[in-house]
Amino acid sequence: MNSIATLQIGERGIISEESLDIIPLKLLEMGCLPGTEVALLQIAPLKDPIYICVNGSHLAIRKETARKIVITKI
Amino acid sequence: MSKHIKVALIGNPNTGKTSLFNQLTGLNQKVGNYPGVTVDKKQGFCKLSDKNAAIITDLPGTYSINPTSIDESIVLKTLLSAQGDEKPDVIVVVADVENLKRNLLLFSQIQDIEIPTILALNMADQMQRKGIVIDVNNLEKELQTKVVLISARNNEGINEVKTAIENYETLKTDANFKEISDKIDASYFDELQNVSTCFSSYKLWMMLTKKHFSLLSENEKAALNLFDKDVSKQKKYQHQETIYRYQKINSILKKTYKVDVSKATDLRSKLDKVFTHKIFGYVFFFGLLLLIFQSIFDWASTPMDLIDGLFANIAELTKAKLPGGKLTDLLTDGIIPGIGGVIIFIPQIAILFLFIAILEETGYMSRVVFLMDKIMRKFGMSGKSVIPLISGTACAIPAIMATRTISSWKERLITILVTPFTTCSARLPVYAILIALIIPDTKIFGILNLQGLTLLALYVLGFGAAILSAYILHKTLKIKNTSFFVMEMPNYKLPSAKNIIFDVLEKTKAFVFGAGKIILAISIVLWFLASHGPSSFKNVEKNVTENVVNKQLSAAELSQKIASAKLENSYIGIAGKTIEPLVKPLGYDWKIGIGLIASFAAREVFIGTLATIYSVENDDEDISTIKQKMASEINPNTGEKRFNFATGMSLLLFYAFAMQCMATLAIVKRETKSWKWPMIQLIGMGILAYLSAFAAYQILN
Repeated sequence: MNSIATLQIGERGIISEESLDIIPLKLLEMGCLPGTEVALLQIAPLKDPIYICVNGSHLAIRKETARKIVITKI
Repeated sequence: MSKHIKVALIGNPNTGKTSLFNQLTGLNQKVGNYPGVTVDKKQGFCKLSDKNAAIITDLPGTYSINPTSIDESIVLKTLLSAQGDEKPDVIVVVADVENLKRNLLLFSQIQDIEIPTILALNMADQMQRKGIVIDVNNLEKELQTKVVLISARNNEGINEVKTAIENYETLKTDANFKEISDKIDASYFDELQNVSTCFSSYKLWMMLTKKHFSLLSENEKAALNLFDKDVSKQKKYQHQETIYRYQKINSILKKTYKVDVSKATDLRSKLDKVFTHKIFGYVFFFGLLLLIFQSIFDWASTPMDLIDGLFANIAELTKAKLPGGKLTDLLTDGIIPGIGGVIIFIPQIAILFLFIAILEETGYMSRVVFLMDKIMRKFGMSGKSVIPLISGTACAIPAIMATRTISSWKERLITILVTPFTTCSARLPVYAILIALIIPDTKIFGILNLQGLTLLALYVLGFGAAILSAYILHKTLKIKNTSFFVMEMPNYKLPSAKNIIFDVLEKTKAFVFGAGKIILAISIVLWFLASHGPSSFKNVEKNVTENVVNKQLSAAELSQKIASAKLENSYIGIAGKTIEPLVKPLGYDWKIGIGLIASFAAREVFIGTLATIYSVENDDEDISTIKQKMASEINPNTGEKRFNFATGMSLLLFYAFAMQCMATLAIVKRETKSWKWPMIQLIGMGILAYLSAFAAYQILN
C-alpha cells in the first residue's frame, strides 16, 4: 500500500478517504485533507523528515507520520 | 470621553501578524504576562481617529483554535474565558493572500465564537506578481464581514484596518456552526446545547474538547462531564468538523479567488535545493554558526569592555560623592555591580537575538530544523532544539524560553535539561583567566595558539556534554510521546528591519527584566553575606590594626589587609571555610570555595570575588593584576603555586559542568512548572562537575 512516505521526490498522490481518522487533527487543519493532492518536494539529507506540499501548505513531517497516511499515486 | 476599543490580533504564523501589530502600535507596546502561564502578552496602544483609540493584543500565531502548544492555548483561553475587561470587542484575523484556504479555516473557527471578526488579507502587494485575483466584495458577502487588503510591510491598508476596527459594531456576529454541527450529528449537538443556557453550542463544544470547564456552574460541569466519556467520538467529530469547514471554504474560494499558476515563481524550490542540499546545506549552516560565534565574541567585546569600565566608574564616583556608610556600601558594592553584571551581557545577547531574528524572518530557520531533525532525534531532541542550543552560547535563559516551539514534551524537556551545558558567556571570563594562568601562551604547528585551542576544546566539551546527557536522558526518561512533529516551511522573504529591531528590543528587555531581577537580587544577598558576619566580625578592623601596628604599612596596604580579614570572618567566609573539606579533594582552598558559592549569582562573579579575596584594590580591576595575584598565590601545605595545572584544570572542568546559575534554575522551574527538574539539573550536573574535577585534580597532581 502506498503512503506519503513511499513517494519519490517530485511524485504526487491523492490522500485516501480512509485516512481521515488516522491523520492527526493538526495536520488535517493545516490542509492535509483526504481527497486532496499531495506532492513530495524534498527529503532531508538523512532521509527524514520529508517536505510536502498539500492544499497550498508547505509542510515538513516525519516519516513515522507520513507512513500512516495512505495515498494513491498519480 | 473617548472610548478604547479592545482588539485581538489572531493569525497563522508567518502571515505578517506581527508586522501589522508593529504598524498599528509603533513603539507603544508593552509585554506582560498572562495569568498563570509564561507566555508573553503583547499589547499596544493605537489611535484610530480623533475620537477613538484601541488597545491591541497580539495573540501568539496559531494554525487553529485547537491548541497543540502552550502558546497556542492562549488564543482559545483569551477568546473563551474572556469576561468583562479581557473580552475583545473585535478580532482581526490576519491572513496571507497566498495561503488563503488554510488561513480561512482559523477565520471560520474564530468567527463562530460570535465576536465581530475582521479579515485582513496581508501581502496584497504580491498578488499581481503571483497571479492572484480576489473578489473582495463577494468575499465580504460570503464571509459576512469586512475584508481589508493590506500590505503591512509597506504600510498599505493600515488606515482601512483602523476604520474597520472603529466600525466594528456594524459587523454581524451570526455563527455558522449550526450548519456544520447539523451535518456531523444534529442530536449530539442539540443535547450539548442543553447543558447550559449561557453558552452557545460551539463554545460548549470548545470547552468539552479542550477540557476547559472553569466557567461553568457545578450542574453544568456535571452535565458536560457526561459527554466527556466518549473521547473517540469527540475526536471523530473534530475531524469531521474540519472537513466540513474546508468544504465550505473551498466553495467560497471557488467564487472569489483565482490564481494563475503559470505566474508562480520557483524561487522557493531553487533556494530549498541549495539550503537543504546534503552537503552544501550543512556547509552553509556550519559556516553561519561560525559567523555567529565570531561576531558574538568579536563585535561584543568592545561594548562589553565599555560597560565594564562604565560601571566601575559609576561605583567609584558614587563612593566618592556619597557619605560612607552601610547604604553607600550596599549601593557601590551590591547594587551597582549587580546591575553591571546584567547589563554586560546585553551586547552578546542582542547580537545573538539579531541573528536568530534574521534567520527566522527570512524563513531559513525552518530549513535548519529540517536538516537537523533526524540527527537531533537520535539524542532524544527535535530539529527545533537547534535554536536553543545555539542561543545557549550567549545565555541559557532565553535559550530555555526558546524551547516553547517544541510540541513534544519529552523532546522539549530534554532540550531544557541539557541546554545549560553549552558554554554561556558568563563562563568566558572564568575560562579566560584560568587558561591564561595554566596554559602557556605558545603556538603549536606554528599557527595554532594553545590557549585559543583550549578555549575551543571547552566549547566542544560543553556541546559534547549536552549531546551525551541528552542521549542518556533519552534512554532513561520514560515519557510517552503523544504529539508529533509538523512544521510549516514558510516562503523565503527579505527580513523587515522594523520587525527585527522590535523583536531584538523586546527579547533583550525580557532578559534584562526577567533574569536581571534574579541576578541583581543574588548580588545583593552575596554583598550582605560578604560584608556582615557573626559578633566577632565587628572586631576585625581593630584586631588587624593592632596586629600590624609595629609594621611599616602604607594606608592602602592596611585597608587591603582589613578588607581581606573582614571577608574571612564574614558569613560567606565562614561558608567557604565550612565547605573547604568538601572542595579540598578538588584542589581548592576556602577562598576558591567562596568563589564557587558566589558564582551562583552568575559565574563571572568568580573573578570579582577572588579579586576581593586576594585583596586586590577595587579600583584597579586590571586583569593582569588579578592574574598576577592569582599566579603568586601559594598553597601553604605544599609550598607550590595555588593555581597550578591540576587545580586549574579541575576548576575549568567544574565550571564547564556545574549548574551554577540560580537565574537559569528559576527559569527551568517556571518552564517545567515544578522544582523536580531544576533540582535534577542542579544535583546531576553538580555530581558530574565534582567527579570530573576530582578526577582531573587527583590524576594531574
